[in-house]
Amino acid sequence: MASQDGEDQRLQKIASAIRVIPNFPKPGIMFQDITTLLLDPTAFKDTIDLFVERYRSKDISVVAGIEARGFIFGPPIALAIGAKFVPMRKPNKLPGEVISEEYSLEYGTDKMEMHVGAVRAGERALIIDDLIATGGTLCAAIRLLERVGVEVVECACVIELPELKGRDRLGDRPLFVLVEG
Amino acid sequence: MFARENGLHGDPRLRGISEAIRVVPDFPKPGIMFQDITTLLLDRKAFKDSVDIFVDRYRDMNISVVAGVEARGFMFGPPIALAIGAKFVPLRKPKKLPGEVISENYVLEYGTDCLEMHVGAVQPGERALVIDDLVATGGTLSAAINLLERVGADVVECACVIGLPKIKEERRLNGKPLYILVEPRE
Repeated sequence: MASQDGEDQRLQKIASAIRVIPNFPKPGIMFQDITTLLLDPTAFKDTIDLFVERYRSKDISVVAGIEARGFIFGPPIALAIGAKFVPMRKPNKLPGEVISEEYSLEYGTDKMEMHVGAVRAGERALIIDDLIATGGTLCAAIRLLERVGVEVVECACVIELPELKGRDRLGDRPLFVLVEG
Repeated sequence: MFARENGLHGDPRLRGISEAIRVVPDFPKPGIMFQDITTLLLDRKAFKDSVDIFVDRYRDMNISVVAGVEARGFMFGPPIALAIGAKFVPLRKPKKLPGEVISENYVLEYGTDCLEMHVGAVQPGERALVIDDLVATGGTLSAAINLLERVGADVVECACVIGLPKIKEERRLNGKPLYILVEPRE
């Protein structure tokens, strides 16, 4: 189908615009670098368009973006679908009153924060980040939003690393990704 | 350099943008009235207006690079870049960018910090816009300008949503024009 071919072409272009950097941040990790995607205006636009096409008629009023690369993809999507953008941040960055959610890392824990009052109970939200690995960060974001009564419609990422089983960690929460790493 | 002095005098959008910004006293430390743009991002019309004003200004200036300063520059830069057909280049704190980088140190009130850009992101001769949410002393923006100029880019302007009064007197930064939407609120 024409639309299928068009979409496949866009996805191919997006996949090939992503640069892999070996051994970053530490040996053995093949880092998926989306900065090269951002240098290709057509591929970057296609990325946003694919998300916007999927979410524009889903009555989503909140796009929550995870610091920092979620801040790059989230706002253009939010603007296009008429939603507000809510940054989910590392500790002590947000100036106002926050709620926090702790989550595990490979070694130790980290915390994610959201401003009190940014979202209201009953709102429908999309969570966006550049990549899903183990799913720990996305799970923290889901918990933050659900704690204040928001319905998380879907998590959306540009890239999935399937072998890290983040999709399983999300359980029954829908996950939409464009390409696999 | 303030939008209202640059043909946008009386533009009702500027008032909406200003009123959407929340002031948080004593953050990150006592005495600072922090200009919080997260409330602007919650106001769909005001956020869209702020992006539209920048896009209208820059769309015909032949700009091929929008460089956004981590992290709040990441929220305004990409929508502008997408609308004017430019690439988006993130300028980041140390050790975040995975590839080969160039670094620029700059002075803080106490101590120094560092801004990095990927090697190869920008070509010599490209026309660039630097974007951040707020300019205070101009230290971070100066570092950004230096990074871009070191690789031979032509920094056309620095754009910020909010500009502190200190900067207003100077009108330019490192010789580069500054374009600012609103002043800080009390």
